Amino acid sequence: MGLLSDPNRRKALTSLLTRLNTPICVLCYLAGIAWFMGLAFEPFTLRTYMSENAMGSTMVEERFPSGERALATAREFAAHKKKVGGMPVDWLVKTMQARGLEVFTQSFSRTLPFPDESKERFMVRGTNVYGILRAPRAPRTEALVLSAPCSPGNSNNQAVGLLLGLAQYFRSQIYWAKDIIFLVNEHDLIGMQAWLEGYHHTNITGMSFTPLQGRAGSIQAALSLELSSDVITSLDLVLEGLNGQLPNLDLANLFHAFCQKLSVLCTIQGKLQRNDWDSTEGYTHAAQTMMLMVLKQASGRPWGDHGLFLRYHIEAATVRGINSFRHYKTDATTLGRLLEGMFRKLNNLLERLHQSYFFYLMPSLSRFVSIGYYMPAFGLLAAILLLRALDLWVQIGSPAPVTQDGVGEVEPPSSPGVLSVLTPIVISHLTGVALYTLPILSQDTAVEHFPVSETEAVVLTAVAIYTAGLALPHNTHRLISGEGTEQGWRVLKLAALLYLAVLLGCTALINFSLGFILAVTLVPAAACVTPHMPKSLGALAMVLLSPGCIILYCIFLFQDLQEAPVTLPECCVLFLSVISQGILDHALYGSLVYPLLALFVYPCWLLLWNVLFWK
Amino acid sequence: MAALRLGWAAVFIWIFVSLILTCKCDSVEKSDESVRDEEVARSPGEPEHAEESSNDEVQAEKQQWHTTDFGMNDALENSKAHSGGNDSPGDSRAFKAPPAKDHFQEELVIRPLHSGDIYAGFQFRTQLDTDFVQEGKKVSHYRLFPKSLGQVLSKFSVRELHISFTQGYWRTMQWGQPFIPAPPGAELWVWFHNTVQNVDENWKELTNVLSGIFCASLNFIDSTNTVEPSASFKPLGLGNVTDHRFLRYATLPREIVCTENLTPWKKLLPCGSKAGLAVLMKSEKLFHSSFHSQAVHIRPICKDWQCSGTAWELRQTLSVVFDLYTSGQGKKDWSLFKMFSRTLTEACPLAASSKLYVDVTDNPEGELFDLSPATPVLNTTVVLGDRRTYAVYDLTKAETFGQLRSLNLLMRWKGEGGDMLRPLLHAERYVAGFGLQTGEIHTLIYNNHPYRAFPVLLLESVPWYLRLYIHTLTITSKSRENKPSYIHYQPSKDRLRPHLLEMLVQLPPHSVTEVTVQFERALLKWTEYTPDPNHGFYVGSSVISALVPSVVAMDVNSTQERPLFSSFFHTKEESSYFVRVYTEPLLVNLPTPDFSMPYNVICLTCTVVAVAYGSFYNLLTRTFQVEEPSPPLAKRLANIIRRIRGVPPL
Repeated sequence: MGLLSDPNRRKALTSLLTRLNTPICVLCYLAGIAWFMGLAFEPFTLRTYMSENAMGSTMVEERFPSGERALATAREFAAHKKKVGGMPVDWLVKTMQARGLEVFTQSFSRTLPFPDESKERFMVRGTNVYGILRAPRAPRTEALVLSAPCSPGNSNNQAVGLLLGLAQYFRSQIYWAKDIIFLVNEHDLIGMQAWLEGYHHTNITGMSFTPLQGRAGSIQAALSLELSSDVITSLDLVLEGLNGQLPNLDLANLFHAFCQKLSVLCTIQGKLQRNDWDSTEGYTHAAQTMMLMVLKQASGRPWGDHGLFLRYHIEAATVRGINSFRHYKTDATTLGRLLEGMFRKLNNLLERLHQSYFFYLMPSLSRFVSIGYYMPAFGLLAAILLLRALDLWVQIGSPAPVTQDGVGEVEPPSSPGVLSVLTPIVISHLTGVALYTLPILSQDTAVEHFPVSETEAVVLTAVAIYTAGLALPHNTHRLISGEGTEQGWRVLKLAALLYLAVLLGCTALINFSLGFILAVTLVPAAACVTPHMPKSLGALAMVLLSPGCIILYCIFLFQDLQEAPVTLPECCVLFLSVISQGILDHALYGSLVYPLLALFVYPCWLLLWNVLFWK
Repeated sequence: MAALRLGWAAVFIWIFVSLILTCKCDSVEKSDESVRDEEVARSPGEPEHAEESSNDEVQAEKQQWHTTDFGMNDALENSKAHSGGNDSPGDSRAFKAPPAKDHFQEELVIRPLHSGDIYAGFQFRTQLDTDFVQEGKKVSHYRLFPKSLGQVLSKFSVRELHISFTQGYWRTMQWGQPFIPAPPGAELWVWFHNTVQNVDENWKELTNVLSGIFCASLNFIDSTNTVEPSASFKPLGLGNVTDHRFLRYATLPREIVCTENLTPWKKLLPCGSKAGLAVLMKSEKLFHSSFHSQAVHIRPICKDWQCSGTAWELRQTLSVVFDLYTSGQGKKDWSLFKMFSRTLTEACPLAASSKLYVDVTDNPEGELFDLSPATPVLNTTVVLGDRRTYAVYDLTKAETFGQLRSLNLLMRWKGEGGDMLRPLLHAERYVAGFGLQTGEIHTLIYNNHPYRAFPVLLLESVPWYLRLYIHTLTITSKSRENKPSYIHYQPSKDRLRPHLLEMLVQLPPHSVTEVTVQFERALLKWTEYTPDPNHGFYVGSSVISALVPSVVAMDVNSTQERPLFSSFFHTKEESSYFVRVYTEPLLVNLPTPDFSMPYNVICLTCTVVAVAYGSFYNLLTRTFQVEEPSPPLAKRLANIIRRIRGVPPL
């Protein structure tokens, strides 16, 4: 501290920082990216381990015998589903009752703000059926959930069959200490949302549903099962939930442990684990797996039915059976035994899962990167913003020749700056509010005047407002304060830099992936932008680094990593559907990515755009 | 009364005789001694009186009258106890101190439930015709009544004691109303005698002693989970003391009940588990069930039908529900051996009556199930507002056991059981909301009666660390506000006492009444967390007490079986019956610090950040000025001189 309180040494330090600012920033950026890419390198990551004592050492013997019968039930379920043309509620109620469960139903309905074209639904009406296995001699205080969606078509029949088979087997066991809820939800996430809101008696998304009749206390953990074939080659574990929330790492460890015990192939992000970490392919594979996780987490959507549980502090994951053309197959009995084992260990839990990590990335199922390892990568990027801000601060303070008296006395030049800064900030935020509210509000008007569907209307309105924002605000300050001064844009940029730093910092704490992806693209733009750049080149670079284009790159990268590469036009079509999905996710489940981008990130970027066109 | 009067006549006659015969006769001297003994035994508080009586007879007579006037009731009961059952007037045995009369009954009720499960309820009743709690009297001779409990009762001046240990939750919707309701975990409620000075101290000691007797964690009962309900728990025995200052009620919803609690409970039985119905109580079978509840109820009752004195009743009850799927492999057939892995061979020899009841109400013609061995004795009573028929097996009769000398009751099902009548009153409770800051407790009370409204008393005792926002209390039935006619609310004090909320709510017919109250979760001090803080904290069951209109009154068909003249007005005992319903306990998560290494790291980093932030803030906001180097001494002196001269300094 003595270093800073001594004015001479302080001056030396600031001059060093201003003189070497650009090299340091470049270094930080490269170091940040390198650090992040290094996270996928196996020697730098930790091996996963079971932290929870109650699940670790206790041995569980799996005995589930009736996989074949479960598949027969699945066929029966499929037949009834076909006959009813939807969820066979009566049959499910009867079947669950015959297995000795307490059965309840919940009907719900929801009108989406605009039609969902990818899933072809607008007015959704459905019924959830759930049966509660009451644990003997337990006072209904704790519960576990096993859910399977009743999907349209022929998918997920086996999941329901296996769920019913497990229910029958679990019912005849004496060792349960927690009630087990077997839930078959209709309309995947919407049904799940209705059920969870009904169970916790909340209503955050304006859904209408009938109140639940039976409950079983606080839910400790949940597993969602997706299974569409009689035999599978591998099991995929899906962890990413709403707003990038992840379940406790012990749940992933539990799944991995049982896959190994029963020698079932298990994947994460659909990618098998490789053992050759020292080869380039091995590293690329791990990096791809991790990047997929980062992209999925950044999207903030629930990637399986489990995703909505996480808001209620219930650890949940989706187990998805995958059937590809390999020789090695796993049958339903093994799958049932795997789930039985997982449930028995969850049943042994004395406390909620809390011992292991909640913030992590997984380059493979047996390796993880904890928050302490990945945060420096973001910190290095965020440091650039602070360094640039410091540089600007010094520049704003220093043009007056009396540098001896420090920064406090440069009152006259910055006072017009306040107003000229406030106007763009207010205007860009108003644009953000418009981008957030108008697409849904104005969809009827748009449909009347243009030959588009409602969904297209919403998405195109959003794109239009987004583009209009680029043209609208960048001259406004001149109306108020006349000629923009050199000091003016510096203050504005300083404000934008600090704003962006706070924004990204907060985002990264909640959803690291989103924060990091935004930082990687927005930080160079924010660091470099000045009004003295060549306008057209600068504008092109800024547009390429804008939030909208970030989404486009992410889609491109995601498709590429999923080994389904797309061309640019396809990518644009996907882009539009992703926008509509984002708006729907916000309206239906309360995902925060769309409002974050529209209300904060986009206005912040507009401020930088203002700086570029400062006159 | 006649026996009593005769007893006193005998005493008077003896006094007269002793007055007349002033000579020192040996035989009289002897009887004098015996009187003194009895006098001492009767009133140890006044030994000097007895002493005097042997010295001076006239004085003694006055003293005797004096004592009689004072402790009329006491004496009345004593003499009655002594002469009770003796028909011969003036029997000299009345003067000796015979053991207090007591007797013991045992019974087992087996009831097939509609869900396919089976209920077995043991009840053991010991009656002791002596009053422990009377002032200045000590009972030191016990026969059937357990001494450990008797001593506790007299030491702590307990008027009534109810204690239950339950593992599991009674599923009212599947099983119907329970005979003996109990909340999950341990429950203890005690009425103290109204002469007790410091009730709290007695309560504390009593819980500790009971914790030792029953091997349970009752010592965790302290002021933070004890309440004094004003209306919900009335004395079940004699006495009309209703001042709730003498009542204490506490539950431990977390208490886990196992064999270690069963063993001391069995030891209280006169026959232990050696003979009688108690041989069926094998732990590995009793705990292989869906529900297990054991209880001890002690209360003062009338000694006889005239209520001429107080007797003490100890009821030990044990309720078990065996599951259809886990212990019955999905088959509804039952036998005593299958349930308990034992059969009955004899009654407890000390028992005055020993009976086995099987509920055969749904099986009047034997079309649903076969019961073997069959019994011709049927008994019809109104239980919980419903008329039930029971097959009775009297274990004191040898023919019950047949030729094999063992009774293995068998029930074979032939058809499916009919529909169960929906329980008229049931309740459930849950916590709504998410996050660790606030929440809402919802209590749903269902009145399934088609046309009768009835009031219920709701008791909620919530620990202090859930801070109830009592202004958010809402009671709605049929989406309309329901104003309770009586509310007793005692706010909590942090770390001292819980919230107590009692309400009298009228339930409209065929309705659901929802009681909601919001709460805030308190942040505990770090030493106050349990060793497993992430498990959550329990909130005990809320208690709903009600007089429920009887099903019998609702039943139209019953008029066909009964003469018409008897059924126009409902008789009182049939028109409504008392029910106590317990809701499930709640498990609530409180904001919990991460008691692990990352927690320390976070604390440390926060400290570092705070320190760094402070100094940076200081640096950024302070204006620095270059300080003039201090002038040398000569210059300073010169300046002083110049200032004195009025010349500007150098």
